Amino acid sequence: MALSDQELKEIAYLARINVSEDSLSSLKKELEDILDLFQQLNEADTSEVNAMSHPLDLSQPTRKDEVTEENLREELLKNAPSVKSGLFLVPKVIDGEN
Amino acid sequence: MKNYSEEWEAVIGLEIHVQLSTKSKLFSGASTDFGALPNTQACNIDLAMPGVLPVLNEEVLKMAIKLGKALNAEINSPTSFARKNYFYPDSPKGYQISQMDKPIVENGYLDIETEKGGKRIGVTRAHLEEDAGKSLHDDFEGQSGIDLNRAGTPLLEIVSEPEISTPEEAVAYLKSIHSIIRYLEISDGNMAEGSMRCDANVSVRKIGDETLGTRTETKNVNSFRFVEKAIQYEIERQINELESGNKITQETRLYDSQVNTTRPMRSKEFANDYRYFPEPDLLPITLKKEFIEEVMATMPEMPNQKRERFVSQFSLSEYDAGLLAAEKDLADFFEEVTKVSTSPKLSANWIMGELSAELNNENLTIKESKVSSDKLGQLISRIEDGTISGKIAKDIFEKMWSSGKEVDEIIQSEGLKQVTDDKEIESMIDEVIQGNPEQLEQYRSGKDRLFGFFVGQVMKASQGKANPKQVNDILKSKLEK
Amino acid sequence: MDFHKLSLVEQLEGLKKGDFTSTELTTHYLKRISSFDEQINSFITVTEEQALSQAKAADERYKNKNNLPLDGLPIAHKDIFCTKGVLTTCGSKMLSNFEAPYSSTVYDKLDKEGMVMLGKTNMDEFAMGSSNETSYFGPVKNPWNTEYVPGGSSGGSASCVSAELAPIATATDTGGSIRQPASLCGLTGIKPTYGRVSRYGMIAFASSLDQGGVVARSAEDAALILEAMSGHDPKDSTSLKLEKPNLVKDLDTPIKGKKIGLPKEFFEKEMPSYVEKSIEEAIEVYKNLGAEVVEVSLSNINLSLPIYYIIAPAECSANLSRYDGVRYGYRCEDPKDIEDLFMRTREEGFGAEVKRRILIGTYALSAGYYDAYYLKAQKCRQLVANDFSEAFKSVDVILSPTTPGTSFKSGEKTSDPIEMYLQDIFTIPANLAGLPGLSIPCGEHEGLPLGMQLVGNSLEESKLLQFAYSYQSNTNWHKKMPNI
Repeated sequence: MALSDQELKEIAYLARINVSEDSLSSLKKELEDILDLFQQLNEADTSEVNAMSHPLDLSQPTRKDEVTEENLREELLKNAPSVKSGLFLVPKVIDGEN
Repeated sequence: MKNYSEEWEAVIGLEIHVQLSTKSKLFSGASTDFGALPNTQACNIDLAMPGVLPVLNEEVLKMAIKLGKALNAEINSPTSFARKNYFYPDSPKGYQISQMDKPIVENGYLDIETEKGGKRIGVTRAHLEEDAGKSLHDDFEGQSGIDLNRAGTPLLEIVSEPEISTPEEAVAYLKSIHSIIRYLEISDGNMAEGSMRCDANVSVRKIGDETLGTRTETKNVNSFRFVEKAIQYEIERQINELESGNKITQETRLYDSQVNTTRPMRSKEFANDYRYFPEPDLLPITLKKEFIEEVMATMPEMPNQKRERFVSQFSLSEYDAGLLAAEKDLADFFEEVTKVSTSPKLSANWIMGELSAELNNENLTIKESKVSSDKLGQLISRIEDGTISGKIAKDIFEKMWSSGKEVDEIIQSEGLKQVTDDKEIESMIDEVIQGNPEQLEQYRSGKDRLFGFFVGQVMKASQGKANPKQVNDILKSKLEK
Repeated sequence: MDFHKLSLVEQLEGLKKGDFTSTELTTHYLKRISSFDEQINSFITVTEEQALSQAKAADERYKNKNNLPLDGLPIAHKDIFCTKGVLTTCGSKMLSNFEAPYSSTVYDKLDKEGMVMLGKTNMDEFAMGSSNETSYFGPVKNPWNTEYVPGGSSGGSASCVSAELAPIATATDTGGSIRQPASLCGLTGIKPTYGRVSRYGMIAFASSLDQGGVVARSAEDAALILEAMSGHDPKDSTSLKLEKPNLVKDLDTPIKGKKIGLPKEFFEKEMPSYVEKSIEEAIEVYKNLGAEVVEVSLSNINLSLPIYYIIAPAECSANLSRYDGVRYGYRCEDPKDIEDLFMRTREEGFGAEVKRRILIGTYALSAGYYDAYYLKAQKCRQLVANDFSEAFKSVDVILSPTTPGTSFKSGEKTSDPIEMYLQDIFTIPANLAGLPGLSIPCGEHEGLPLGMQLVGNSLEESKLLQFAYSYQSNTNWHKKMPNI
């Protein structure tokens, strides 16, 4: 299973992981080897099988609509790399772009 | 701008995000109150701390089922959640829990009314998902501040079929959805606060073309009026582009209400790919028949049903009934008034006339009306029982509005009770006829329209208190003599 | 007193009888950690102060006769379980400075029963690895021979219990991360049925596969703690709504007349003769105890590895998106814009194996490949689950080697990911089907231990432990400990 440089760059961007130019080719080789492993699945006949997303064949439990969490901002913000006035600071974001 | 309507037609689909008015979030027990200090309503689940897991708020299922019913739609069971992957600083998990393959609501429709008549708009689906946080840009020296209070607030995204053809229809559809969610009390529908948001997919094509044109998505337009203007602008822009031989780019655009234009959002190096897959932290939800029935039993009367009832029960016109039923508070107010007044028609007229005018003047909602439904009902009763004329009633209404007094109190203290005594009216008429011999002469020689002049004079003489019908009758017989 | 030579069950008896205090016991282990852990690097954090204060509190309760069920027993926790106010790293640079603001349900449950936390154990980064060489905090060594790996990802937990630096440790298993290190370190390791142990506060790798459990020195010790860890948790939507199983009480139920299935697909594989020999001897032991041994077929079992390496990376690619340098954890220096913040934080904060799996998972879910990879894998996963359901109609447990062989040398497989992945070939199927599995020591080769695996039907961890207990009541493999 061959992977193009462009494909790898796109995947890396989707995953937001920077990949340096010099590690590109070795990484590509590793990923290709793993993708080759997947070819085995083609042997299996799955025409009559439903996809299994979960090992439990149960229905989702729910909770009552109640406020159970108190304000723990100071504690929760302790681990933040950059904070001001109770907000997480990040480089400038341009609105509506995602 | 050239008139396009003869050659081009627009194809519009709306995606409406409705914030559900639950107490706690979709997957956490944090409060959803609006306007709290930044990050004080974001718990470890909302902040996507390592190891946390979502647990579904049962209330949202009830709300979605109600909406589905109101939209004449199917309720999917099992319904399931999926992860929609994208990176954005206000999306703490790096994915949004949403629904893909099995949305809770599917295949519904909504009947809308515009000046051009009625139309049925298909509703493709309505699915549950979580809201994102907010980025704030002021006062951080070129940085943005992330507030995650809103993150995890439940949303229902309602997706229409591309069956809307004009900006007017779009607004009618949006208003209709607004009316429904308010009726169901599942959202306050406040567009200014963002609890109802609208994205519009717009494309144009030559009339008669089978294939759809390339569409654009205009995002987050935050009032009914702006939805209309943004779509209008986008239709015209696309037609102009195509007429000039250009192509439409499939893109997301932002509406700028200041200058009434839409502009494309900056495009990224690579196209986005949301990589939806079943949410492994949540199992599919089987909605038990009894559960659905229990929810259905709590369905209130919906705008359309109410409109029909108003027509049959109160003999209102379709138009009046529709106006009153569109807004639940207004409809409730109307029914309260009719309990006191006994004249539904007059009640409707008063609510949509005098009362609405005053509310608009002072920018108040019906719930904030300075004249209560009870007091308005009493006022209308006094017109019905002949105590006061309609004209006097208008003066009294204004006094009630400013003073908060009751109708009888004002009639009493200002001596505004209607004159209904035949003799008293007769003597007033005699005086008027005697005082205007010239007009009498002209009337008798065939100038019929002077009848109105005599009515006016009599009413003036009575300070408006004479019963208009009696004035009419007596005057007619006296003038004919 | 050599407290570490007592089993956990014996330690509890001693505490209850007042033969010694929890403070003595805890101090003993803390001393062993400070003397020996340098050689094996099994702990990331040692919570000495907290341990001593928990021990003191337990001793108070014993004095006042209001002691809790597991009061004063020391335990080590895999550093994947959030522990409030304590560094919780998941073996990653990304969380190398992260003090959890809350505790996992597993920690809370054991804390409420009075257990004393000795510290947080080393692990493969985000539980991705089979040799404990991907940890940001350095590789863990196998106490049997420090040139060898302890297995992974729960390598720190296995290594510290094997070296008797802790009497027992929590662990997690996504594709074998409890059973494989248990096998390589000569321990009893059990991964219960998916949904038995709450995943709340257990840092997610692959949500539909992850399950918490323990590594212990015997089935008896494992039963004691697994029972306390189990039970429904409303904070985990995938937690089973069941009462705790009676693991301890039913432990000595005889296995006479029960059926053991040997999957022919596993035994068709070429395996080293010492593995074959150990498994044959184990089968003999069971036969002598009155169990019946039959062949079963799990015809799709050989698809397990590719299925796993699609589903686990796909889920992990989303689960690890939250590590973006915004709210906690590592952030790169001087990001020039928001994209740069994401791209470099994740480039620098994650190790090679984690990045590899995120990229593979992203690829498997991307437009155009979803059906061919992810969806296909989910369908094949159902086939594997069906094979097990069919097999369990006729047998009580399924027996196989846990690993293809004994431990391997550090560095031996790090350059070839696929070689490393093959370590889990026998353990992955149970995770795919959500079934309970355990590994118990059953042999030795050139001074290194070897384990056998028993997989049970859904919710039958009790039966698995009965099989393990019967075996251990009649053999001595589990009693052998390395000299350190």
